[in-house]
Amino acid sequence: MTEPKVIGILGAGRVGTAIARRALAAGYEVRIASSRPASEIALVLQFVAPGAVAASAAEVMEASDIVILALPLSKYRSLDPAALKDKIVVDAMNYWAQTDGTLPEFEGVPTSSAVIADHLAGARLLRAFNHLGYHEMDGEARPVGDPERRAMAIAGDDKGARAVLARVIDRLGFDPVDAGPLDAARGFAIGTPVFGAPLGRKELQAALGVPLAA
Amino acid sequence: MELGVYSFGDVQRNPETGELGSTAEAQRNLLEAIQLADQVGLDYFGIGEHHTREMPASAATVILGAAAATTKNILLGSAVTVLSTDDPVRVFQQFATLDALSNGRAEITAGRGSSTESFPLFGHSLNDYDDLYAEKLDLLLRLNESESITWEGKFRPALNEALVVPRPENGKLPIWLATGGNPNSTVRAAIAGLPVSYAIIGGDAERFAPLANLYRQAVEQVKVPGADVRISVASPGFIGTDAQAAKDLWWNHYHEAFRALGEIRGFPAPQRAGFDRDANGKGALFVGSPEEIAERIVALHGAMGHDRHFFQMDLGQLAQKDFLSSIELLGTKVKPLVDAALAEKAEAPAETV
Repeated sequence: MTEPKVIGILGAGRVGTAIARRALAAGYEVRIASSRPASEIALVLQFVAPGAVAASAAEVMEASDIVILALPLSKYRSLDPAALKDKIVVDAMNYWAQTDGTLPEFEGVPTSSAVIADHLAGARLLRAFNHLGYHEMDGEARPVGDPERRAMAIAGDDKGARAVLARVIDRLGFDPVDAGPLDAARGFAIGTPVFGAPLGRKELQAALGVPLAA
Repeated sequence: MELGVYSFGDVQRNPETGELGSTAEAQRNLLEAIQLADQVGLDYFGIGEHHTREMPASAATVILGAAAATTKNILLGSAVTVLSTDDPVRVFQQFATLDALSNGRAEITAGRGSSTESFPLFGHSLNDYDDLYAEKLDLLLRLNESESITWEGKFRPALNEALVVPRPENGKLPIWLATGGNPNSTVRAAIAGLPVSYAIIGGDAERFAPLANLYRQAVEQVKVPGADVRISVASPGFIGTDAQAAKDLWWNHYHEAFRALGEIRGFPAPQRAGFDRDANGKGALFVGSPEEIAERIVALHGAMGHDRHFFQMDLGQLAQKDFLSSIELLGTKVKPLVDAALAEKAEAPAETV
């Protein structure tokens, strides 16, 4: 595909607005929807992500080249699979029973993205952004080649989609690490040594068992 | 600007014997800390409801009640009351009673709270998190308006012209809305006409400045009659005479607190490099000498214009003597420095840009 120009984000909380700021800084067009009225999101965006456009969820899914899921995980069923068919969709959500309550379908699964992938059958689903804290999204972005540049893992069964997202993440200020198929997301889930840890590209590749030459 | 302290009532380790204090002793230590904070001229002390062995301050209003009788000026509040798992009628009665005993010094800070132990303890489901909070906040605000209430909701029996007393000394209790930075919570505070309290516990503190601007803009747009428009900031912090010694000492306790929390929640223990970054410059950890901390408070004030800044000092089994010493330095050294710097700023002619 041609390089993505419009990044859509579903969810205007701390994670969604942090990704929006990075995407705007990297020169992307950004559209955001949440469960709040569009006028309220617009007011919020004016201050926390100036330049991002508030829209309805349907508009965001329709108009965006990549759609990032940053809504509360428990709301995933509100996503319309038909609207996301063939789209590159990035799951940035985590299953955190201790703070968000138990959701039976996520208990015992190797990666919460597997449940999302089932629901959004037909989408080119990827997992990324979830092992970095939202305040690190703002504070830790660095230009290419900076020795302190942090790495970000990508997993998903669609290799082409992974390559597209890798270039986006690079522009956002992080070293992309292609972890392979969606199941590999278990390597950077909550509770793994990678989750929340400040790792560079080589360290993350080593931790995920990705060949260094890749 | 008002300065103060907040605590979750940490149990403390005796540095001489190495023994961990009891959960009962933690309550007495907390009372002693509030009394000292009042004596050294601090403006505010908040107790954050927690229900763990490490942080056993589960009944904040009881401790604050004891403090009310033994302090003169300091404002006494919660930081925070986990409103979602409490009965707003009971919360209001307790704080209104505290207000009576302290001659009008009680405040409530309502929030979701970062710990969730109270949910199973009081029979609530975390899956109802958002709905519980919205409903209970609505009821609490209604109770603050009038002594007789008729109300109906999902999570509590209906009230029919129920009388809720005592009434606050000054008509209404200040009720702050606490948030960890979700922009929707900022808008919620503005729409409700409530003062907002930001918990800034990591990263760059100034990244909350756009939220402060959002709050002021939203207040301007909704124009709630009688709105209480104030901003406070809650941060981890510790003050020692020597900046480096303060950072070295407090790092051990910070590390212990977040290592233990990380084990439960599934994130790695903090690293010293990250701590040092956040404990200097524009970072969110206000750890250092009185001069350094005063400077950093004034710098953040330049970005956020906040009205109150208060600090969580007793983390990770900090010894009581170190807790008390830090409180004393905040009152006797930091506060005069901040007051002087802000007075000078106010007198100086506005800079042209």
